[in-house]
Amino acid sequence: MCQTVICCRVTPLQKAQVVKVVKKYKQAVTLAIGDGANDVSMIKTAHIGVGISGQEGMQAVLSSDFSFAQFRYLQRLLLVHGRWSYLRMSKFLRYFFLKNFTFTFVHFWYAFFCGYSAQPVYDDWFSTCYNLVYTALPVLALSLFDQDVNGRWSFYYPKLYIPGQQNMYFNKKSFLLCMMQSCYNSLVLFFVPYGALHDTVRQDGRDITDYQTFALLLQTCLIIVVNTQMFLDTWYWTGINHFFLWGSMAAYFALTFTLSSNGLFFIFPTMFQFLGTGRNSLNQPNTWLIIFLACLLCILPVVALRFIFLQTSPTINDKVRYKMRRDEVPAISPRRPATRRVSTRSSYAFSHSQGYGDLVTSQKFLGKKTPRRPLLFGQKEHPLGENQPQLFRTITEESEEQQSP
Amino acid sequence: MGKEKSKSGPLARRPDNSAFKQQRLPAWSPMLTASTVLPFFYLLALICMLLGVWLLLTVQRTQEIKVRDSRLQGNLPRERQRKDLSDPSDPKDLFYLSSLENFHQNLRRYMDSRDDGQMVGRKRSLKSPSSYCKPFDFDANGVPIAPCGAVANSMFNDSFLLTYYTINGPSVVPLLRKGLTWYTDKNIKYRNPKADNQTLAEVFEGTTQPSFWQKPVYRLDPFDPSNNGFINEDLIVWMREAAFPNFKKLYGILYRANKPYTNGLPAGNYSATISYNFPVQYFRGRKELVLTTVSWFGGQNHFLPIAYLVTSSLILLTAVVLTGVWWKFGKDGKNMAE
Repeated sequence: MCQTVICCRVTPLQKAQVVKVVKKYKQAVTLAIGDGANDVSMIKTAHIGVGISGQEGMQAVLSSDFSFAQFRYLQRLLLVHGRWSYLRMSKFLRYFFLKNFTFTFVHFWYAFFCGYSAQPVYDDWFSTCYNLVYTALPVLALSLFDQDVNGRWSFYYPKLYIPGQQNMYFNKKSFLLCMMQSCYNSLVLFFVPYGALHDTVRQDGRDITDYQTFALLLQTCLIIVVNTQMFLDTWYWTGINHFFLWGSMAAYFALTFTLSSNGLFFIFPTMFQFLGTGRNSLNQPNTWLIIFLACLLCILPVVALRFIFLQTSPTINDKVRYKMRRDEVPAISPRRPATRRVSTRSSYAFSHSQGYGDLVTSQKFLGKKTPRRPLLFGQKEHPLGENQPQLFRTITEESEEQQSP
Repeated sequence: MGKEKSKSGPLARRPDNSAFKQQRLPAWSPMLTASTVLPFFYLLALICMLLGVWLLLTVQRTQEIKVRDSRLQGNLPRERQRKDLSDPSDPKDLFYLSSLENFHQNLRRYMDSRDDGQMVGRKRSLKSPSSYCKPFDFDANGVPIAPCGAVANSMFNDSFLLTYYTINGPSVVPLLRKGLTWYTDKNIKYRNPKADNQTLAEVFEGTTQPSFWQKPVYRLDPFDPSNNGFINEDLIVWMREAAFPNFKKLYGILYRANKPYTNGLPAGNYSATISYNFPVQYFRGRKELVLTTVSWFGGQNHFLPIAYLVTSSLILLTAVVLTGVWWKFGKDGKNMAE
């Protein structure tokens, strides 16, 4: 099967049409890379347009999604940054759905106990701050910094790119799994505190089965479970991740105690009704035992399942990460040319007739003195004329260096 | 923010080669390995088992007695009901709780129907209760109700009495009706309006009692004048809405200063007298008087100890399964061959 097609002497419109044909009939994600003004239409038509800034001006760059200075940076764009980007987006989406579904399903279970009157089971301030303050920053850090494999190893194992092509990290199946996990989490998060609290009192006999204590307990359990899930999901712990995650937990406790403090209550009694709830319930060992149990029941199945999948059917990611940990040696860096000359050429040219190719590659028109190389095509023979397949000479290292822009 | 030396030439726009911008920040990359996961699971199973056993032993030491009113009909004050209690002497506090079933204090409109500003003693809110209290804010003559709202209106007003049959005859078991509430509730959340040399009745002048009440708020406790007004302990206990339809609220604590109650209730015959004011037949509810002792863990609730024991066995089972899976598939990294 034909894997590669080369089109030459095409107009800009035809370039765009080639991309359109591939998009339409192959249902594939297309990427177009170019550096000149004649590439603009192709760049705009493709799903991802990459412009190269340099000799030909900035036209391609201005109309592209990504731009860089050298063609070879495309490898890094795809294999390192593209891959990381896909991983981060998928993790972000799954985590976001998980935490919000868990947050919401608990209200569904409470409906059976509150006479279906739509009484929220959390404090209103918690509902406000949940997505804004308590869980926003850790997931932001995850989606900015997370890496599974570092840059060098990504180059060494291009096969790591396959999960992105096959849409393995976020698809309908993983979304359904996420929903089911949320459902299970919400069941645990509601019924464990319900069972433990509905029929008991505090150490000193006073009330602990009131609505506000229950709400606070549920909130605390939820925050801890959700942040522990983030702990499991993050694979690359920079200092910023640590700061955001532990800081969010601290912010939760700080805000909860602030919003239930005496001062705020005196100013706005109806808005800050949870006065004293934290102080009176979180000093009971009962509540902390409930929180511990709820977290265990929510998190341990995840850990166990991930471990089982890691042992029985590890993905290419897992294998490379394992190797990375075990070897502790950076992968061989990709071959770089010894000298980096600023090139005055920035495009490829293909010629259909004899003579021009040699002319271009011999750099004669630049007026530079270059060492003589063997010619691409012999002057005498013309394989096309004889209906023979064209034989190309092997590109050696020396000439590759000279030909790279 | 300008750079000190402006780079020129073809590398002018190159991004910094800093660790942050090149995504090379020093980081910890954990991975689920057998040497971390398996000991972790075994350790957790052990911890849960110990916790479960400890909690079970603690809960077994608490005692709970429920006195169910078998005749639910009618509103008559109930006669005495003999019940044999055989409480062994146990130097612990005994708590009287009133238990209610099928009463939804957690209904949304019910919970909204209160005015915390009024209950914290604001003079302005005393005479003009918030609109959330409708229709329990003003009575038929337009007089403001204090305390307003459905929560206060439906206050539980049964009273219980325990009588101990000694050799010398029946004696009423003394009951402490104070110290039933949270500190923050009693001292901060609920305060009477400021009384500048006025009696409590004068402070509440111009307001009326809720329609279901038999006494006005400033005369709720005839025996203790400091337990009247918004800071009445029964009122505060009731105003803390329960989370579920079946709940218990603290009614009183056994007064253990004098003999023979210094070590709790001595064994013998008791009877409970319940004055039946709170009608439960309208919402098909049930009432009970519950006597219980507590431990550091709280009242008698077997859920958490049993849950911990079940969890520990589940974790142990999972740990064994994981060990088996690891042994078969992933030992020495044989599943990680490329």
